Amino acid sequence: MKKPVNYSGRRNFLKNLSLFAVGSIALSGCGSATMKEFLQKNFRTLSKKEKDDIIKDLEKKYTARYGKEFHVTDEPAADGVEFGYALDLSRCIGCRRCVYACVKENNQSRDPQIHYIQVLQMEKEKGIDFAHSDVHYNPDLVPEEGYFYVPVQCQQCRNPQCTEVCPVKATWQEPDGIVVVDYNWCIGCRYCMAACPYGARHFNWGEPHIPAEEINPETHYLGNRPRMKGVVEKCTFCLKRVRDGKYPACVEVCPVGARKFGNLLDPESEIRYILANKRVLVLKQELNTQPKFYYFFGV
Amino acid sequence: MNFLRFVNGSFKIITRGSALYYSWVTFLILLIVWGGFGYSHQLAHGLIVTHMRDSVSWAFYIGNFTFLVGVAAASVMLVIPAYVYHWKPIKEIVIFGELLAICAVIMCLCFIVVDIGSPLRFWHMLPGIGILNFPSSLLSWDFFVLNSYFILNLIIVVYLLYCHFYKKEYKVSFVVPLVLFSIPLAIGIHTVTAFLFNALPGRPFWNSALLAPRFLASAFCSGPAILLILFQILRKITKFEIKDEAIWTIAELMVYAMFIYLFFTVAELFKEFYSGTENILYWKYLLFGIGKNHEIVIYSWSSIIMGSIAFLLFLIPGTRKNFITLNIGAVLIYGSVYIEKGIALIVPGFTPDTLGQIYVYTPSITEVRTAVMIFSGGFLLFTFLSKIAIAIVFEDYSINTLNSKKSEDRVKEVPIAM
Amino acid sequence: MKYYLSTKFKIEYLLFLSACFLIVRCSDTSEVYKLGKNEKISPGKINNAIHEEIAVTPPPFSDGVFPCNDCHAFRKPSPVRRKLEWHEDITDMFNHDSENRWCLDCHDLVKRDSLRLASGKLLDFKESYKLCGQCHGDKLRDWKVGVHGKRTGEWNGKKQYYLCVSCHNPHSPKFKSIKPEAPPFREDESIK
Repeated sequence: MKKPVNYSGRRNFLKNLSLFAVGSIALSGCGSATMKEFLQKNFRTLSKKEKDDIIKDLEKKYTARYGKEFHVTDEPAADGVEFGYALDLSRCIGCRRCVYACVKENNQSRDPQIHYIQVLQMEKEKGIDFAHSDVHYNPDLVPEEGYFYVPVQCQQCRNPQCTEVCPVKATWQEPDGIVVVDYNWCIGCRYCMAACPYGARHFNWGEPHIPAEEINPETHYLGNRPRMKGVVEKCTFCLKRVRDGKYPACVEVCPVGARKFGNLLDPESEIRYILANKRVLVLKQELNTQPKFYYFFGV
Repeated sequence: MNFLRFVNGSFKIITRGSALYYSWVTFLILLIVWGGFGYSHQLAHGLIVTHMRDSVSWAFYIGNFTFLVGVAAASVMLVIPAYVYHWKPIKEIVIFGELLAICAVIMCLCFIVVDIGSPLRFWHMLPGIGILNFPSSLLSWDFFVLNSYFILNLIIVVYLLYCHFYKKEYKVSFVVPLVLFSIPLAIGIHTVTAFLFNALPGRPFWNSALLAPRFLASAFCSGPAILLILFQILRKITKFEIKDEAIWTIAELMVYAMFIYLFFTVAELFKEFYSGTENILYWKYLLFGIGKNHEIVIYSWSSIIMGSIAFLLFLIPGTRKNFITLNIGAVLIYGSVYIEKGIALIVPGFTPDTLGQIYVYTPSITEVRTAVMIFSGGFLLFTFLSKIAIAIVFEDYSINTLNSKKSEDRVKEVPIAM
Repeated sequence: MKYYLSTKFKIEYLLFLSACFLIVRCSDTSEVYKLGKNEKISPGKINNAIHEEIAVTPPPFSDGVFPCNDCHAFRKPSPVRRKLEWHEDITDMFNHDSENRWCLDCHDLVKRDSLRLASGKLLDFKESYKLCGQCHGDKLRDWKVGVHGKRTGEWNGKKQYYLCVSCHNPHSPKFKSIKPEAPPFREDESIK
């Protein structure tokens, strides 16, 4: 009985061994911090201790990178709160102060440019007509005769399309109604961006750049902490500010007071007053997204 | 270890060939390298080196992915008529259809990997270690059906080739149920991919009930076209026997598919242009342009014209039976469906975007290079697999060939028992 | 008829000036009516508040114009509508129902450091919103609830109201156009 020696078997084994060795050396070249961040699971599945560890690491990382003392919190939603927003279309003058206040507060990338708020200039005669709107209007003075302005940002829908389509559950709706993204879990497939009917979600196509002197160091894990290349981000109603009890940055900066914000579950809030006493409308109502961002006409 | 010898034997096949074979392989490798450098540029700088932006967030890569899902689905669809019309060379057709399907699915998965923003995080999608949003997200359905289809086809092909290699009869009770199961799975992958787009109410261009049927019809038009050409090549270079009538029957079936496809398109156009709602804008951009933006008009009309010419060439029996016009028609319909899936499906879905703004998208050189890398890789893989399949199935390459070669080479015989 | 400055009058005058001074100083602090951290202002609460006062920003006086009686104490008041020789910066741009209204419809004839409602009731400048609300009642209603005009602070606690006159110049209330901030970059420019 002859049994031929299996040369190929030995050769294959040696080849595999050397590959494995090279691979482990290469991987060990990455720091343990990078490995830890790479292996981090979806934020909602983590224990309190794991979350605290992650947040401490993030604070260290951001402080080192930007030279300012960074604070990251993962303040949860308060009970009995559901945030609602109302925007007075008769008052908005299209000055875009809200756009840039949001950029500063939320550490949005300046280059490549990301704006959570898109202000659309529309003709008064046509009414709300996206097809004939213009986001790049740039007259000397606003408001321009014959036009009105509709700022659009995340509508924090009650029936969000984006959270349904995410293949890895990296985006979800918090108990206080804000739709958030776990930037460390998002794989960047951009299905949510295709799904959003309001163009509210934005992608970090390149490495985000924020000038160090303009960075806002008071951040929330799910909100305005600095993001990385290849993940989706969006308006979070200034999660950090509102969970601290403050108004979102866009509400505070609006010079004409067109933006109103409050707790929909509080019958005495200004948002409930608006729903009861002003006639509100929502955008693309036929899509049944049930936004919590209302538009009304104060005058 | 029989299996390892089979793999080893297969590997030996692809390392020997004619000068034409080597120049083809070298050409593909050069393209892969060229494309690979383009992709590494994308890995370093992020997707900003593509021309995708927030307004048009899916484009060339996803378009190619969609087209290749159609090819993967359609190649196995040929299996149905093989059984229904009782063609003699059934298992050969099945094998090549599935080899094409395997390569197409691998290319699909590659296009997904190059498209996502953080490719290293792909493990987030694996159920068990990551979180898969099943059944809510259609991408999770796509994940399951594509991978199942891939594994199923891989098992069938490897099993058939393995049996052939070892000159054993394959177990019909094992193979046939798997093959029959791959048929609904083939329909499944393309339907799920269509539903992926269909599911989005915010994109009216895709939110039509006819989208999934149109996908299937276009897949049935284009997929068999490749196989038509492939069978003619195989007929010339191997002992593969397939009668002209069989090829003409494939072409006839494609005519039905083409007619249905054209009819669906007309139905869509009627609904949009007659009702004249705002959703007409997407079709207008596609076919006539909006304002100053006419960038994809040429592509959509070339796709329509090529498809119509192919339909006529296949419809008229004279031109269908003439192999020159038949092959021209096959290339035309393939090109028509490629343009239609690649550009004419994705880009108008995003133009104008949800807020009515128009961003004109054309692929960047990096996207083209990455796509070339993947396509060349797919062609190379298909070349290798076909060569192995041809050798094993048509040229009697088997364990005996391997053994006789080994006895000529330097193997020492070790007596086991004395 | 000239006023004769007796000692008694001088003392009263000094007391009055000190009172004005104190009021101005006190109105520099933003909160007249302080709230606890999570205490909510509700429309009901506002209407039932003791002094019906609301935490507001101070009135935006131009430099040197307040207190008015610094000059007007020495002037003879005249209720006749006429072109003024002073305050041209205001009369030149006056555009608040100028056909039917003029200065003394809002400013008191005698007590120039006060505003005057139609009923004759005098108002401090800090409560000018009540005067505006006489004619613009629906705006006042909305303003009190925070639905009209800018409000900063906490959605569930202390809020900073802005007086009507902080945003609307009472002599020419219509908002002037302003220069908008830069538009977003065109996406096709980022691919060049």
